Amino acid sequence: MTDKKDRDAELYFLMKLSRAFEERVAALHKQNKIIGGVYSGIGQEAVVVGMCYGLLREDFIAPLHRDLGCFLVKGVDPRLLMAQLMGRKTGLSKGKDSFLHGGDLEHGVFGATSMLASTLPVAVGAALKFKMKREASVAIAFFGEGAGSRGPFHEALNFAGIHKLPVVFVCENNRYAYSTPQELQIPIDDVADRAAGYGFKGVVCSGNDLHAVLEQAQKAVRRAREGGGSTLIECKTYRYHGHSEHDMATYRTADELIEWESRDPILRWEIYLEKRGRDIDALRAAIEAECREILDEAVRFAEDSPLPEGKEAMEDLYAMPIERK
Amino acid sequence: MAVVTYLKAIGDGLREEMERDENVFLLGEDIGVLGGAFKVTDGLFSRFGPERVIDTPISEELIVGAAVGAAVMGMRPVAEMQFMDFISCGFDQIVNMAATLRYRHGGEARCPLVIRGPSGAYVHGGLFHSQNTESWFAGVPGLKVVYPATARDAKGLLKAAIRDDDPVIFYEHKFLYRRIKEDLPDEEIVTPIGFARVAREGTDLSMISYGATVWMCLEAAEILAKEGVSAEVLDLRTLAPLDRPAIRATVGRTNKCLIVHEDHRTLGIGAEVAAFVAEECFDQLDGPVLRVCSEDTHYAFSPTLEDFILPSTEKILTKARALLAW
Repeated sequence: MTDKKDRDAELYFLMKLSRAFEERVAALHKQNKIIGGVYSGIGQEAVVVGMCYGLLREDFIAPLHRDLGCFLVKGVDPRLLMAQLMGRKTGLSKGKDSFLHGGDLEHGVFGATSMLASTLPVAVGAALKFKMKREASVAIAFFGEGAGSRGPFHEALNFAGIHKLPVVFVCENNRYAYSTPQELQIPIDDVADRAAGYGFKGVVCSGNDLHAVLEQAQKAVRRAREGGGSTLIECKTYRYHGHSEHDMATYRTADELIEWESRDPILRWEIYLEKRGRDIDALRAAIEAECREILDEAVRFAEDSPLPEGKEAMEDLYAMPIERK
Repeated sequence: MAVVTYLKAIGDGLREEMERDENVFLLGEDIGVLGGAFKVTDGLFSRFGPERVIDTPISEELIVGAAVGAAVMGMRPVAEMQFMDFISCGFDQIVNMAATLRYRHGGEARCPLVIRGPSGAYVHGGLFHSQNTESWFAGVPGLKVVYPATARDAKGLLKAAIRDDDPVIFYEHKFLYRRIKEDLPDEEIVTPIGFARVAREGTDLSMISYGATVWMCLEAAEILAKEGVSAEVLDLRTLAPLDRPAIRATVGRTNKCLIVHEDHRTLGIGAEVAAFVAEECFDQLDGPVLRVCSEDTHYAFSPTLEDFILPSTEKILTKARALLAW
């Protein structure tokens, strides 16, 4: 593993691993080795890495279906993630659901549902617990600009504002809710403006600039830990792939994609590293080799893992099943 | 021993559990200083303070969702719906978020959460303060649904629900709140979830019910006794998972099955009970499975409409006599 003390390289590694993982997933999906929906966050790596970097194990995060990088930064075993994607018994949900609906609460990662924004009230509840128990932990809830139109978004922010809860709401504004552009979802430019209505600060930053995300994340997390309440951070970003791997994204132009690819968060970080005097070619090669090794091992583990037996569908419904004599 | 109402039994259950376990806390609308719309939580705010008795905004989805978040972090929240009609506003958090939580986390998560509140009609509540919503949830895997008829069970089942590691929806019948009074022992009552109760033993006919209609069944059984008929009353108490062995046992004893509940006939709990009896107890039956339920319409306001819609002792007697004559 890359030297943990080398922060710049570690951040680079985490973004590269996230992207390499998702590229591998896309390839496996084309080979029909991964069934079900695959939702790529390629292009949005700076948001998930920047927001989760430096969090503690006990901090609670509620990632989106597009936030595979959150799992990796929080320390979830890449092998278990790959097994999850392949519906294996060894996956996070033991084959019960695909992709990122499986969580790993040992690492403080909450599994989402497909009902977008529904994890926001849940993150607020985790933050309520932190406040009640005088813990300095923080809850981070991710959502898209599309989900900001739903009721639970407003209910969650309202309650967090009333009680000054240690929660950071992260809007990954990638401009499209499936095919629907921002202009048809919200009548304002910035979702962050909505925080004012709930009594806390909303900030906008470039979600493709890791420095910018880190800066806002650290401020908001510090504020939450110190009892200063909630923050909404809106990260303007873009997904390179469609809503899912099935979606050819014909609702947007090639020019628009090229424009955003030229703002690529990983390329920008490479420029930064180079300006810092790093041998970027050597570092890139080393990190890519490391990622390949991790992913080869993850795929091997997943493919060697059994599928669950049919009757296991009846397991894990209840923590305390009714026992009849 | 002390005489307590069904309502006070619930309040006492909450207080005892909050005293026993500091991770138990309450959240809901107007449950604090006011003590709840029906005063179920009366006195708890002054006893436990605003951190453990939280007045929320009118945000049912937040109430349930925040309870889920606190529950997975090790707390034991009890969320109040001011009326169980309003649970519709928290539906997604219950059926998608809470019910699948353990399942989608591969068995590595617990969601010890209670959602409780007043349900049912007979108080002229009209369309949105009278509904019976239990069948919306009883078929959802991952949830437990309980519905006490007595003060003893109200307290005992609530305490069991709070100690349970799964999401439990706890129905209280608002008609019973102050009408049911019982002597309850001073020692602790914890009633296991998942088990029905024979409320009255009999040999000629089984009435299977839950909630407020249990009392109508008991009244009907008393009248039938004077006519020389021995009717058994089974109080289901837990609607999910159903106590199928208890249903099989009562039908086996009497060979006649009358299902009584306040929820609608179509796809009410009775539909599942009837299907189970048809599948598993067919050779025990000496007559058709009959039902007394609310008519398949909305819970209308005017007394004449309410009387037409809702089950009553008279309606139960009519069906029971028809079944006995079979």
